[in-house]
Amino acid sequence: MTADAPPELVQLLTPEGERVEHPDYDIDLTPEEVRSLYRDLVLVRRIDLEAVALQRHGELGIWASLLGQEAAQIGSGRALTDDDMAFPTYREHGVAWCRDVDPVKLLGLFRGVNHGGWDPAEHNFHLYTIVIGSQTLHAVGYAMGIQRDGGDGATIVYFGDGASSQGDVNESFVWASVFNAPIVFFCQNNQWAISEPIEKQSRIPLYRRANGFGFPGVRVDGNDVFACLAVTRQALKNAREGQGPTLIEAFTYRMGAHTTTDDPTRYRVASELEAWKLKDPIERVKAYLFKNELADQEFFDAVDAEAEKLGADLRRRCVEMPDPTPMAMFEHVYSSEHRQLDEERTAYAGYLEGFES
Amino acid sequence: MTVLTLSKALNEGMRKAMEDDSKVLIMGEDVGKLGGVFRVTDGLQKDFGEDRVIDTPLAESGIIGTAIGLALRGFRPVCEIQFDGFVFPAADQIITQLAKMPMRALGAIKLPIVVRIPCGGGIGAVEHHSESPESYFIHTAGLRVVACSNPADAYSMIQQAIQSDDPVIFFEPKRRYWEKAEVDTGSTDWWAPFDQAQVVRQGSDVTLLAYGPMVKTCLEAATAAAEEGRSMEVIDLRSLNPLDTGRVFESVRKTGRAVVVHEAPVTGGFGAELAARITEQCFYHLESPVLRVGGFSTPYPPSKLEEHYLPDLDRVLDAVDRAFGY
Repeated sequence: MTADAPPELVQLLTPEGERVEHPDYDIDLTPEEVRSLYRDLVLVRRIDLEAVALQRHGELGIWASLLGQEAAQIGSGRALTDDDMAFPTYREHGVAWCRDVDPVKLLGLFRGVNHGGWDPAEHNFHLYTIVIGSQTLHAVGYAMGIQRDGGDGATIVYFGDGASSQGDVNESFVWASVFNAPIVFFCQNNQWAISEPIEKQSRIPLYRRANGFGFPGVRVDGNDVFACLAVTRQALKNAREGQGPTLIEAFTYRMGAHTTTDDPTRYRVASELEAWKLKDPIERVKAYLFKNELADQEFFDAVDAEAEKLGADLRRRCVEMPDPTPMAMFEHVYSSEHRQLDEERTAYAGYLEGFES
Repeated sequence: MTVLTLSKALNEGMRKAMEDDSKVLIMGEDVGKLGGVFRVTDGLQKDFGEDRVIDTPLAESGIIGTAIGLALRGFRPVCEIQFDGFVFPAADQIITQLAKMPMRALGAIKLPIVVRIPCGGGIGAVEHHSESPESYFIHTAGLRVVACSNPADAYSMIQQAIQSDDPVIFFEPKRRYWEKAEVDTGSTDWWAPFDQAQVVRQGSDVTLLAYGPMVKTCLEAATAAAEEGRSMEVIDLRSLNPLDTGRVFESVRKTGRAVVVHEAPVTGGFGAELAARITEQCFYHLESPVLRVGGFSTPYPPSKLEEHYLPDLDRVLDAVDRAFGY
């Protein structure tokens, strides 16, 4: 890299809340838009915090926390237009928020009442995919569909640093490249795949892998919501305009455990966590708003109050979520008659009735 | 009436489906210019273009995974897996995604995808080109699994599979690709529901249950047995999941004996499922245990040995003799 080359990491807002320039990316946000991003960040962190608490109280079987990754998800999520389609992993609660998915619908999967509780077409937000990396191929196929039906949107697919080792992710890069599919690969490199550090997945920065597949890759400060928004917006625009895929590596950190069943103290040191706390995605936006007098204490208090209300509402609605009936497991397996399944459903209903008399 | 090979019947069926519905796509390795290694998709890319007949990268998981994405966008992909033994890289997408996504979405998603798999041995091929992997998919809820055995069924069943809103694993008997028969392409009146079994030869002494390439073998066995005065009923199951148990039970209750024939290994194979169901439902009609003829508990052998591995007329008749020995 020469001295004139742009810095490896695209950053528009420093951890201290200073706006900085980047030769390739810029963003022009109104104060209202910045306040709105701040609100999103705070609210999704509150949703996440509430879900962790619900798991601790036994109301959820498990939860995958997004703590620390709010800027990557809100920045990229707010770059999407209505026509764009998003394919998440199981941790994209912030993107779900941007796609207007009711947060309580995210909880069904983790509470065990269903495997996915929303209509993907209604939100242009696909269901959570638990098998690591599988959704990258679905997203490329969807993008190929847009090419074939003349749709206006692009597709974005989320995955992590661990998933970058999966065959499906690498196949999806090949397919997107040779078909020039309108897709953005959004990799949140949160440094840890459960207990395995990024060094177990790659010897080079992940964004550079794109080069070998024949499309551009860019590394963005994943804790900088401005930069994530700017870079994703540009990549989606390129995709819509027929310039093919982009790989975005959002360089971030998983502040919490992999899921609520995980214990990160077994494999990572506290000093690493402390260093990343200084790069918090929310504090830097708050500092920016303060310093530039774009928001007053009243605004911050109002957002905090809204977050509390959202958390309480989510808690109440989670606990009130009805359990599925036993017969629900027989539904939607096939779209029409299936002899063996229908026989089993009838037999099991009769078996259950035997307990009622 | 037109005389078609089984391969050409599939081709004509897909052509008709593509003409009827612009959302139907063909995808797979070498399916375009080459027309597939067995020429089943011959000429379709020339007539429907590269956007609808897609030569894909050599990545089976990619074929199924992107087909799922296309289906989510409203398309009806027909995927070709080049050979049975190459379906395993795609098994993850088929089992964890294709089969389960509609239930995951509580019915909000339909995945009308057909996965065509040339299957079975008998063509002197190298390793991985002669397998019968149907049980892996029959075992997976959410998939429909069918197998055609003759040109007429190939023509109708491929169109029915494409019309189905559920994912369909479609097994094609590769050694029968060049078998010819008359097919009425001008009418659909003769089509049977594609989850229905067919009695392809009436008989009274024993029921032979088969699908795909073994149907012809069983018919030949029945012809040979008839010369010795033994009357064998042959059922072409056609659909393996769901299974048309009604026709199977009706026949076995009539004959009192059943022999299941498939190329796949007997251990954990579909014959075990049939034997269990027949035993449960036809117990008092049975004159003998349900017997199975199939591949051995070995990997598919080198082709010089495949005549020993594959069930043939004599092994079928031997099993029938054993059924009469009880």
